Amino acid sequence: MNSARNPQLNRDGGLQHLLTIEGLPREVITAILDTAAPFTEVAEREVKKLPLLRGKSVFNLFFENSTRTRTTFEIAAKRLSADVINLNINTSSTTKGETLLDTVDNLAAMQADMFVVRHASSGAPYLIAQHLAATGRDHIRVINAGDGRHAHPTQGLLDMYTIRHYKKDFTNLTVAIVGDILHSRVARSQIHALTTLGVPEVRVIGPKTLLPTDVERLGVRVFNDMRSGLRGVDVVMMLRLQNERMNGALLPSTQEFFKYYGLTLDKLELAKPDAIVMHPGPMNRGVEIDSAVADGPHAVILPQVTFGIAVRMAVMSMLARS
Amino acid sequence: MQSLPDAEVLLTQLIDQLRPSLGPTTGLIGIHTGGVWLAERLHAALGIAVPLGSIDVSFYRDDYGSRSLQAGIKKSAIPFAVEGAHVVIVDDVLYTGRTIRAAINELFDYGRPGRIELAVLADRGGRELPIAADYCAHSLSLAPSQTLVLERADDGRLGLRITEK
Repeated sequence: MNSARNPQLNRDGGLQHLLTIEGLPREVITAILDTAAPFTEVAEREVKKLPLLRGKSVFNLFFENSTRTRTTFEIAAKRLSADVINLNINTSSTTKGETLLDTVDNLAAMQADMFVVRHASSGAPYLIAQHLAATGRDHIRVINAGDGRHAHPTQGLLDMYTIRHYKKDFTNLTVAIVGDILHSRVARSQIHALTTLGVPEVRVIGPKTLLPTDVERLGVRVFNDMRSGLRGVDVVMMLRLQNERMNGALLPSTQEFFKYYGLTLDKLELAKPDAIVMHPGPMNRGVEIDSAVADGPHAVILPQVTFGIAVRMAVMSMLARS
Repeated sequence: MQSLPDAEVLLTQLIDQLRPSLGPTTGLIGIHTGGVWLAERLHAALGIAVPLGSIDVSFYRDDYGSRSLQAGIKKSAIPFAVEGAHVVIVDDVLYTGRTIRAAINELFDYGRPGRIELAVLADRGGRELPIAADYCAHSLSLAPSQTLVLERADDGRLGLRITEK
């Protein structure tokens, strides 16, 4: 008995849930990206639908607000012919744990086939997957659409798809992740994905107050000075400054942040001439990124959104058949 | 062991069968992978003006779920208007008919063709659906344990081979 088995994988190594990129084998990540590629073509058809999830019910369980992620998951599920039910649940903070599993039980009783879960607490999707397994309902799949500061695996995967689309090969790249690493589940998923795919140099750039302690342990180089961190990079991955997660005085002001860590054209000049600029959205223009960069020729921010649909279709179709 | 005809000879016969049926709106669509090889050759030999299409029916197959992780799924590409067109689906081997069913389903997601026909190099029998080829260069009967595959050599020559499970 292998107790260390990754809870996301079934006995044959197939993807059963998608909870985090951490610990996911390189072959599985590559398989997801490969599967996503043919889905990008569906958007160009007269009928933008494939029959892979026909008759399946996908519940978007959003305990935290999100427009882009929920919408792209909804589009992805609908393009696969699933029935999609959106639930925006405002949590009462006290009875969160209990309510969460009660909600899950009720929706499972409505013959749900898949839960797409966004939650402010780290580990909530894992808790749901565990609960389903413990109650003999592990045919229901769980996708983490962002949990607390922990992980946002589909964002990390769509970022990898975008990088591969523009740069082809991961093994000769220098990639910089810039901004509020401390509060960012996106950054964690990106770092795990980049290192697993063999990117030789992953840099994180940010003020000391917005970097997790021991972030070097994840295999990254740390820069507090943005200009030195951007020198010679192939990919700049900007992060959103997460005002809603800031407690206390981590920053003097957003203006000050922009001065030192906002991506402007003159800072971008330090990167390679063909560098791409990414952002998971929503952007705070004038806080972490200047409009001239966001709308400039290096930005691939809107293609990220489009690729996100294909990547989420790939994940859903792989879970549905495992 | 059954002796198989030369695939290049069969291809010539298929070209001759198809030629009289071609019209100004005739478009060829090959099914990945063997069908695309054939369609490329037919398209060139017949001098068809409408650009060549290709589809991978994996997402439309009724046994998609029972197959394991399959990378290698190709993008479908139909570079002509399907609406009202005369479409000839091209595949290497006709067997159960399930691939063709999937291809027809997929085709309808691009528009409503005026007419769909089917051209195959070989029909090996064993149909599980009411589907027949309009153009077929060779018919044979094989046991379920046998697979008939089209291969393409480095120089582009096509060949047929039987493999045992």
